[in-house]
Amino acid sequence: MATVKEFRNNVRPNWCPGCGDFAVQAAIQRALGNLDLEPEQVAIISGIGCSGRISGYVNAYGFHGVHGRSLPVAQGVKLANHDLTVIASGGDGDGFGIGMGHFMHAARRNMDITYIVMDNQIYGLTKGQHSPTSAFGFKAKTTPAGNIENAISPLQIALAAGITYLAQGFSHDVNQLTELIQGGIEHKGFSLINVFSPCVTYNKVNTYEWYKQHIVHLEDFPDYTADDRSAAMAKVAETDGLCTGLVFRDDTRKPFDQLIQGYRPEPIIAQDLTLERAVFDKAMAEFA
Amino acid sequence: MLQELSWKVGGQQGEGIDSTGKTFATSLNRMGYYIYSYRHFSSRIKGGHTNDKVRVSTSQKGSSADFLDILVAFDQETIDFNGHELHAGGIVIGDAKFNPVLPANIAPNVRLFAIPFTKLAEQSGAVIMKNMVALGATARVMGLDPKFCAPVLQSLFGRKSQKIVDQNLEAVQAGYDALDAEGADFSEYQLAPPVPDNHLLMIGNDAIGFGALAAGARVMPAYPITPASDVMEYLIKKLPLVGGVVVQTEDEIAALNMTIGAAYAGARALTATSGPGLSLMMEAMGLAGMTETPVVIVDTQRGGPSTGLPTKHEQSDMFAVLFGNHGEIPKIVLAPSTPEECFYATVDAFNYAEKYQCPVILITDLALSLASQSVKPFDYDAVTIDRGRLASAEELAQTPQGQMFKRYERTQNGISPRVFPGQKGGIHHVTGVEHSEIGRPDEVASNHTAMMDKRLGKFRNVELPNSVSYSGDANPDVLLVGVGSSAGPIAEALARLKQEGLKVGHAHVKVLSPFPAKTLQSYLDKAKQVIVTESNGTGQLLHLMRFAGLAHAEMSSFLKYDGTPFLPNEIATQVKGSMLVWQR
Repeated sequence: MATVKEFRNNVRPNWCPGCGDFAVQAAIQRALGNLDLEPEQVAIISGIGCSGRISGYVNAYGFHGVHGRSLPVAQGVKLANHDLTVIASGGDGDGFGIGMGHFMHAARRNMDITYIVMDNQIYGLTKGQHSPTSAFGFKAKTTPAGNIENAISPLQIALAAGITYLAQGFSHDVNQLTELIQGGIEHKGFSLINVFSPCVTYNKVNTYEWYKQHIVHLEDFPDYTADDRSAAMAKVAETDGLCTGLVFRDDTRKPFDQLIQGYRPEPIIAQDLTLERAVFDKAMAEFA
Repeated sequence: MLQELSWKVGGQQGEGIDSTGKTFATSLNRMGYYIYSYRHFSSRIKGGHTNDKVRVSTSQKGSSADFLDILVAFDQETIDFNGHELHAGGIVIGDAKFNPVLPANIAPNVRLFAIPFTKLAEQSGAVIMKNMVALGATARVMGLDPKFCAPVLQSLFGRKSQKIVDQNLEAVQAGYDALDAEGADFSEYQLAPPVPDNHLLMIGNDAIGFGALAAGARVMPAYPITPASDVMEYLIKKLPLVGGVVVQTEDEIAALNMTIGAAYAGARALTATSGPGLSLMMEAMGLAGMTETPVVIVDTQRGGPSTGLPTKHEQSDMFAVLFGNHGEIPKIVLAPSTPEECFYATVDAFNYAEKYQCPVILITDLALSLASQSVKPFDYDAVTIDRGRLASAEELAQTPQGQMFKRYERTQNGISPRVFPGQKGGIHHVTGVEHSEIGRPDEVASNHTAMMDKRLGKFRNVELPNSVSYSGDANPDVLLVGVGSSAGPIAEALARLKQEGLKVGHAHVKVLSPFPAKTLQSYLDKAKQVIVTESNGTGQLLHLMRFAGLAHAEMSSFLKYDGTPFLPNEIATQVKGSMLVWQR
């Protein structure tokens, strides 16, 4: 059985020292190691940005696509082979900027994939422009006088789109993050784990220290059960989105892959592709 | 007796014009006649003029008729809009309800019959059956048994209720009797009996969907768009039968990226779109080329640019398909010209995609995608599935512990072994960034050159089989070059010109990439004059020929871009006109 070690490869990430993404990498590796999976059973699909490099930093099948499109690729992988554990990953710009449309639709489609977003509230790889999660007033290269747009709430959008597993973590707490990611992978349906993953180079506001001061932990609310969508919506609003832990979970809905008409337990790639003559003849007769 | 006849039915969209034409065409196809049916419609659901022009013949035709014998009208607009197509002595049958009149510009001796379609339909049970009354009147003109459409009505409504079938047949009979009572002589419209033959009636999009099914396609993510939607609508019925799936995505960007994901994971996957969707797919097409992922993309060309003419014919995406991506990737572009070719080209597309590990674009045009045509049954045994170079279990077992599989190994022919996620020993990286043999980002200058050469080298000096078809005079005075659905009208123009004693040839391009320069040049060399016939405003095919190094001293374009496909007489007239210029 594979352990966390088998999910490590000897590639040195090109992230800056101190980058929050290292913790996400470690948490993914630990979660996979805890789950009795072999590296070849896992496919990690990522987008573009510093965080997009993650697919190359875990020993598993990795696909690094174009900007904002990790979710469509990941869903295609799952359709072809539902036996695979499919993880999509990227940053806040990738997922909530250019890829926002895909995010909402992936959430409502509810395929059994896990989406991990490294949210640093800035564009890092392009060297410091504001992102869709940058706060109002935030100063960046492209907002020298302060951001005049409102930040979006990925958690509220996910809830509104019908997500069935929603969690938020922080790079400072790898243990909690590992648990949340593991829960997302185990959940049969679409899951988002949004991770506050500080950019130590370009975001001088939302630092580790800042997050530590502002974040509340959902486990500190004993009455919060994370199984009520409207309560989850209210909790996110109440904490201004700055909460970590399991936000919402609904295990009653079957994932898309199992609801497909003519669903077969064996994955598509295991099928014999030759069309039977009888099916061919019947299809042809329909055009007579 | 006539060997062929041209019939048109017209009215307001949403009035059942489409189903009238379909019932008529399917019935005659089943009798053994050959059909070519082309629909004029607009981008709206209810209202607006629509018509369906059906050519019925005792031999196969690949084009709409450039004449009209019978016009069936459900409103005056139909007569005003289409009356000019009728030849002298043509027939108009209109619903008496709107008091039909012939317009001033009508040919001499056109006969108008006002038949109470609506009233007779009501008497048979429901107004909706006025279409059946019209078919009955049509049967009377053509000398057909009024029960000619009974088998089709039986298969349409039989399962619902026999009463509906009987009422429809009653309406057909009522229409037949009503026209018969006029006592007119229709002997000149008697159609010769069909030569018994077994053929199917389908649109090109059906043939593509069927081809994909036969080729083992299992995943189709797509976004609805005219005139491509029929492909997904066909496969959404069929793929569940074989364990496959169609996903209607949020947009075309998702559609192609999802197709790429499925293909990367080992499924045969396709998507289908038209101009605007094609534009949205460009970035992902580059990703497929860069990652050497085999995907099939169907582009059914419609009128452009922008939203353009969504329901009209054009061939103006060729440049976009070939040159729309940023950067340089290898790709195959197949351009079938008939539904039969759509079927076999789709099968080829999947095999080529996996053999060459690149995107394959199947490009059609609206007339090919949507015109309903009689086709010969497809050959089950001609369908083969070739999955290309897949790494064997033995090869994968040799991947050294702790190392990645060389998915992008540099080989003589540029084709590297493929492996699918889930396979042990096959772990590698895939990225749209320039990469090494194991797929890891690698920006070293020598690596980029080597990898570009690997990818682009796949088609160096390659000409795919059947890239150009040829017919006509071996040393023609005029050589017509075309692409896509114009094969039918060009062939017909050629036959007419030949009858007039002219030496004409026809080369039809079936593969746009890799461009069959050598073969096409060999035909050019034998011709005195070349006319490149295409449905666009800039002469894209002619440009492609020149781009590929083709040359001829007397080469010109014949372009049409009014949204309608070429008609045989337009091409024949153009050839004769330009020959006069050349002879001077």
